[in-house]
Amino acid sequence: MAPSAAHRRRERSILMPVSPNAPAVSLRSVAITFGSKVGGYTAVQHIDLTASPGEFIAIVGPTGCGKSTLLNASAGLLKPSDGEVEIFGAPLHGLNGRAGYLFQQDALMPWKTALQNVAVALEPKGVSRKEAEAKARDWLRRVGLAAFVDRYPHMLSGGQRKRVALAQMLIRDPEILLMDEPFGPLDAQTRQIMGNLLLDLWAANRKAVLFVTHDLEEAIALADRVVVMSAGPAAGIIGEFPVPLSRPRDIAEVRLEPAFHHIHKEIWTSLRTEVQKAYAQGEGAS
Amino acid sequence: MNRLKLILLQVAVGLGFLLLWHVLTAYPILAPTRQTQFFFSTPLDVLTRVWKEFASGEIWRHLWITLVETILAFAFGAGGGILFGFLFARRELLAAVFDPYIKAANALPRVVLAPIFALWFGLGIWSKVALGFTLVFFIVFFNVYQGVREVSPVVLANARMLGMNERQLLRHVYWPSALTWMFSSLHTSVGFALVGAVVGEYLGSSAGLGYKIHEAESVFDVTGVFAGMVILSIFVILIDFVVTLIERRLLVWRPAPSTNGQG
Repeated sequence: MAPSAAHRRRERSILMPVSPNAPAVSLRSVAITFGSKVGGYTAVQHIDLTASPGEFIAIVGPTGCGKSTLLNASAGLLKPSDGEVEIFGAPLHGLNGRAGYLFQQDALMPWKTALQNVAVALEPKGVSRKEAEAKARDWLRRVGLAAFVDRYPHMLSGGQRKRVALAQMLIRDPEILLMDEPFGPLDAQTRQIMGNLLLDLWAANRKAVLFVTHDLEEAIALADRVVVMSAGPAAGIIGEFPVPLSRPRDIAEVRLEPAFHHIHKEIWTSLRTEVQKAYAQGEGAS
Repeated sequence: MNRLKLILLQVAVGLGFLLLWHVLTAYPILAPTRQTQFFFSTPLDVLTRVWKEFASGEIWRHLWITLVETILAFAFGAGGGILFGFLFARRELLAAVFDPYIKAANALPRVVLAPIFALWFGLGIWSKVALGFTLVFFIVFFNVYQGVREVSPVVLANARMLGMNERQLLRHVYWPSALTWMFSSLHTSVGFALVGAVVGEYLGSSAGLGYKIHEAESVFDVTGVFAGMVILSIFVILIDFVVTLIERRLLVWRPAPSTNGQG
């Protein structure tokens, strides 16, 4: 692959050492039960997962296996019924202030323009409105929406809304990125473009990423490590696979490499039985 | 069907109605004209009276009074509705405790309060404002309550993940959401503010459109009653038009119902 401008930029960016010993996210024997502790629905249990700073982890699994539940636990939106969540070595209480969250559904405030939506993310940090708007403008330019700053979400396409949400998350410069099938509702082409955009932005400033997806190819193309979950209820992690593909990657091109096929086959072997199990439980388990 | 044809048909319906009215009251078809004209007046008389009212300038004072009452009733009703809607939506216990009383108060036909308000606030504008208030308050209250309760959980979770505290959530999420619901009922609530004003005037006052109609009725001046109704209709249409303009300005972020949302 010819060295591109993006390539050179990535080589320049050096991983910032953030308290070297503590993982960015650490889930230890986490279980999450909805409803009463006895007789409730256990979504996940015995989850042990660590994400180092700067590491891109993709979590795959059949529908309804509780992938999003893990993200919500890491975000502090959900309290695990058992086990511990540690963020950079400190136990998590309440919301995880060091994490940004990219939701699957539209989460932008529909009554704010793209610019206002991104700028408002800096208000909790005490940034002045003028400075926030200048930064928001810059971020919207970086996600390719310079011409759409004054549009309201309903005037943007699904992919454009995701770009705004991405800028809204990244402008706060969170140390951990939690993404819940963020490109799920988009068409295949837009997903590729968004995937490359994400990799570009991430390479320029590496954060720990937990990226949930049901698309194995997307997971391999993006991540350093792919975590496979079993079918729910009481889903667990059944395998972790390092992805030995070099960076920088192009989402479309990387799929043509022999190593990609190799790892894909390896992961799919373990994932297939779980997917079949999930289907056997009835299609409704989504 | 194109727009011109539609307008022509709409005008035809209006003219047809006026013609029918004219023919039935100008010629002794159903009853002697003296009798029909006493009960139904004639379209020409009514229009002439409307014209005279405006030309003499006599009506402006009454319109102004009714307008002031309507605006005050709306302002107080909306203010109270927003305040209590927010409070109840954010305080579960309050909402639960007061639920039966609010339902009971809302079920009460507000007209029966008019005599009480006349007693409390006199025959001036404030008794009418109070009546309009009781009508507007509940509409706005229920809408704001709903608006705060039904904030999209994803938008809320996202805002919280952005680090917003309770005050910032109120300002950026709950408040705009509640306002959306309130504005969606803006036509209804402004309409009810006007109903409160006119009914209040009708039941006891010395000025306003309701008073004009009541005055005409009490001397069996059917022409005056109809003229008052016509003026009231024009007044309502104008107010509704202004409300539509305000609504369009405030809800600019909302998708228009007929266009597709692709930018």
